[in-house]
Amino acid sequence: MVKHVIPKTYEEALDHLSEGTFKVLAGGTDLMVKNRSWSETPARFKQDILYIHNLEELRYIEDRGDYLAIGALTDYETLLRHEAVPQVLKDCMLEIAGPGIRKVGTLAGNIGNASPAADGVLTLYLLDAKLVIEQKGSAREALIDDVIVGPGKTTLSNEEIIKEIRLPKTRFTKTRFLKVGGRKADAISKVAFAGAVTIEDGVVKDLRMALGAINVTVVRLRDVEKRHIGETISAVQDNIVSIKNAYVPHIKPIDDQRSNRVYRKRVAFNMIEDFITTMHTQD
Amino acid sequence: MAKVTFTLNDETVTVDEPLNMRFLDILRKELGLTGSKEGCGEGECGACSVFMDGWLVNSCLLPLASVEGRDIMTIEGYRETKRYKVLENAFVEEGAVQCGICTPGMVMAAENLLNRNPSPSEEEIRIALAGNLCRCTGYEMIFKAVKRASKEGEGLW
Repeated sequence: MVKHVIPKTYEEALDHLSEGTFKVLAGGTDLMVKNRSWSETPARFKQDILYIHNLEELRYIEDRGDYLAIGALTDYETLLRHEAVPQVLKDCMLEIAGPGIRKVGTLAGNIGNASPAADGVLTLYLLDAKLVIEQKGSAREALIDDVIVGPGKTTLSNEEIIKEIRLPKTRFTKTRFLKVGGRKADAISKVAFAGAVTIEDGVVKDLRMALGAINVTVVRLRDVEKRHIGETISAVQDNIVSIKNAYVPHIKPIDDQRSNRVYRKRVAFNMIEDFITTMHTQD
Repeated sequence: MAKVTFTLNDETVTVDEPLNMRFLDILRKELGLTGSKEGCGEGECGACSVFMDGWLVNSCLLPLASVEGRDIMTIEGYRETKRYKVLENAFVEEGAVQCGICTPGMVMAAENLLNRNPSPSEEEIRIALAGNLCRCTGYEMIFKAVKRASKEGEGLW
C-alpha cells in the first residue's frame, strides 16, 4: 500500500524523508503525467509520496550579494516576473510549457526529474548553478553537473531533498537560449542550446555553451570553453572546426518519438557554430 | 483517503478522497462542476484550467494534496463576474466558440492575462494562450475576442 503524506512544515518533511523511502512531489507536473492512470482514477504511484507543494517556507527569491538564492518551490511564473533573475533563464522559462504549468512547475522539480531534455536544467548548467541539498541534521552544496548523472538519475539519497538553487551573479555581454521542438508552446525539446559570452575590448573573457537532449545528461565542456578564454574574437572564430571537433565524442543523441539522431546531431553542431560566429553581435 | 479543505468559488469545501486524485476529477466527479474539461489529461491542452490563489493552473496535473488550504475558482465561479460577461460577449461576437471544449480554459487563460495586463499586445495574447489548444477556430477569432474584451471591458481589469 502506497503511503501519501502532506508534511505541515519543512522540518516535518525532513523527518519523513529520514524514516521512509518517499518520492518528493513539488508541482507534480511531471510525476502526475508519468504515473497517470485512467480518467476519474487516482494517479498510479509505485512509491510513497511526500506532497511538499504547500511548504511556503521553500518559496523565496533572495539576493545574497554574490548569488541569487531560489527556494525549491519557487515556480516558473514567479521567476519570470522577478527582476533579479538572469535574462537567459527567463528566455528559457518562457519556452517551457504554458502559463498554467509554469505556475506550479519548479526548477528543483526539473532537476529531480533529471530529464536529458529538461530546458531549465540546461540553463542552470550554463549559469554554474549550485544546489543546496539537505537531509535531517546536515546539508551539502553541489554544482548541478555533479548532481545529475543520467536520465532520471541524481546523486540525491532517499533522505535528501533539494532545498535551494544558487545562481552566482555574472554579467554576460550576450546570452542565448534556443530550443528546437515540435511547436512553440508545450513542446519538449528535440535539441536545446544555451550560450553565454563576455567580451571586453575584443577579447573573450568568458565563454559557455550547454546542449540538451543530445546525451544522457546536459553537455557542457568547461575545459574546451576555458581553452579560448583570453583569445580575441577572431582567434576563437577561426578555431570553429576544432571547437566543433571537441564536441564530437559528446554529441550522442538517440532516436525517439520526438526526433532522430541524424537530425539532432546536425542541429546541435549548427547551434554551436552559429553561437560562436555571432558571439560579438546582438541577436 | 484523507480530508482536504479548500475554498471553492468563495465557499469552504472539505472532501474525503485519495490525495493522489487529480483535482480535475474531484471537481467533475465529486463536486459536479463539469465546466472544467479534460482534453488531453497531460497538461498540453489547458481545457481543465482553474485559478489557484488567483493564478491559472492545469487541474489535471494537480493532485488533490496540493489544493489543501488553497483558494480555487473554476469557470462556474468566474461566470458570476462582470469580467466574465465581457469575455463571453467578446467570444460570441468574434465567433471564437465552435465545439466549446476549449472555451472554458480559453476564457480562464484570458482572465489570467487581462488581470495582470489589461491592454495586451497580439504577441502577449499569444503567449498567454500558448497553453490552450483549440482544434476548431484556428485561434484568430480567439485572439480577436481577447482584444475586443480588453477594449470593451476597459476599467474592469
